[in-house]
Amino acid sequence: MKRHVSELIFEYANYIFLFIIGAACIFPLYYVFVVSISDPIEYLHSKLLLFPTKITFINYKYIFSTPLFTRATGVSAFLSTVGTAMSIIVTSALAYALSRKRMLARKYLLLAIVFTTLFNPGLIPNYLLVRNLGLINHIWALIIPVLSSGWNVLLLKSFFDSIPESLEEAAIIDGCNDIQVWFRIVLPLSLPALATFSLFFAVAYWNTFFNAIMYINDFKKWPLQIVMQTLLIDSSTQSAYNEQIANPQALKMAAVVIATTPIMCVYPFLQKHFAKGVMLGAVKG
Amino acid sequence: MTTQTNSISKMPFVKPTVRASKTKKILLALFRDRYLYLLAIPGILYFLIFKFVPMWGLIISFQNYSPFLGILHSPWVGFEHFQRLFGNEDFKIIFRNTLAISFLNLLLFFPAPIVLSLLLNEVSSSVYKRWIQTVIYFPHFLSWVIIAGITFIMLGQADGLVNEIIAYFGGEKIAFLSEPKTFWLLLVVQNIWRDAGWGTVIFLAAITSVDPALYESARMDGANRFRQIWHITLPGIKNVIIVLLILRIGQVMEVGFEQIYLMSNAPVASLADVFDTYVYRNGVRAGQFSYSAAVGLFKSVIGLIMVLLANRLAKMFGEEGVY
Repeated sequence: MKRHVSELIFEYANYIFLFIIGAACIFPLYYVFVVSISDPIEYLHSKLLLFPTKITFINYKYIFSTPLFTRATGVSAFLSTVGTAMSIIVTSALAYALSRKRMLARKYLLLAIVFTTLFNPGLIPNYLLVRNLGLINHIWALIIPVLSSGWNVLLLKSFFDSIPESLEEAAIIDGCNDIQVWFRIVLPLSLPALATFSLFFAVAYWNTFFNAIMYINDFKKWPLQIVMQTLLIDSSTQSAYNEQIANPQALKMAAVVIATTPIMCVYPFLQKHFAKGVMLGAVKG
Repeated sequence: MTTQTNSISKMPFVKPTVRASKTKKILLALFRDRYLYLLAIPGILYFLIFKFVPMWGLIISFQNYSPFLGILHSPWVGFEHFQRLFGNEDFKIIFRNTLAISFLNLLLFFPAPIVLSLLLNEVSSSVYKRWIQTVIYFPHFLSWVIIAGITFIMLGQADGLVNEIIAYFGGEKIAFLSEPKTFWLLLVVQNIWRDAGWGTVIFLAAITSVDPALYESARMDGANRFRQIWHITLPGIKNVIIVLLILRIGQVMEVGFEQIYLMSNAPVASLADVFDTYVYRNGVRAGQFSYSAAVGLFKSVIGLIMVLLANRLAKMFGEEGVY
């Protein structure tokens, strides 16, 4: 009986502890959201807003009225859609070819790709390459250099390995060539894996920051994260916003909400799949 | 009959035709699977250009690279840049910072997802468990800019929420973001906030593979929850913990560039300089390409050695290893 009580105490303590952890993860975002839709005057009186009393969208209206922000959102949306599509096509096509045993020099290619995951030449050679290719200040500099990665190719390859060759043979007998087999048979069969990869790619493109700092100097081509940095962190540019609006802090929060919304939207779909996707990765580490 | 073919194949004039048929075979295979190779070409080109050309570009670490002369014509200087690096006071600082942040992460961040997974595993309500998981995974998908921004909003000295609360209760406001004493800790706390929940995915999956019969027999023997965790769950996921720990050690040179770049400010600058930020500042910003490439090469080589050593270690522990 005594043990039973201690178990109950443990159970409740555990529930409460995990609730606190969960709250710690989500509360900052909740607070940011509440302030962003609250009356700026009210926020100035008391920063301890926990519930919105007077809801207003004035911060959002202001942000969407600045061309810098809307343009940057467009750039990031472009990166997330076009970049993801290109990444998926290139990565899955190579992974499929590498999963077919009849491919010549397959072992050497796999070895070379494994090597790229082990050794990273570093910032400077990559920067010089992009510069020599004339991609500086070009939006493609944010897509092409990060199209694929050794890990993604190896993971997708091991997924394609499990698709039986007999399916492919049947399709070839029916007159398909390899590209048709890849597009009409292999890709549809691996939709869950492709969905996972797409969402991971899309989030990565949406969060592009460092490459943009390196390769994009023209503010008209900035992706959202750079604009967010100038707004949230870089104090030298803040005065420009300060002059125009009473409450720059609430403005920042509205920007955070806008930049987070697309991730919130894909998150439910992502969550359904990613445990599997991560485990796919766990097989190899 | 067989002796005859043998003697024919030994004749010198047959050999060329054998060789010709081999190249012919390759050509035939290339032609037969031409669409397969067509699929592979964009990917292969990508890896050649964006993964292997930069490796070749590392040659500039041994040159005084000038963009106008190019790699082929820039003058060679041997190990001059490396000597300059090792003789430099900066080197000690960036090496210390990189290692300190890495080991602090190892000490504080690494155990967090394990503890969280053990606790999550003890939750009997699957609905509650799923809710908590959904919430604690989420920060992993936010960009570092957003995370840094939220940190400023929460911890900023002038009008951060935490300081507002401290002031409300009559306390003195604290400069969380520019306090050198706790800057490394701030980075680690951010890491925990962002990735401790996400890290549970792999441990929870490992826990599900522990045999339920073990728990039952432990309960029969009178083991309480803590003893079950200690004697069954933990040993059950020991292998995963060891492999991940070793991988983590292999990544000791990698401390998140974006995080540090965004969080560093004047008072903590000397604590925030790590290899990547140093290379970025001296190379991309100041244009010292050769010297910075040498610094990057040093970091990458140490990284490669650490990963290979870590993999060796994993295999020594009887694990599959990563490569």
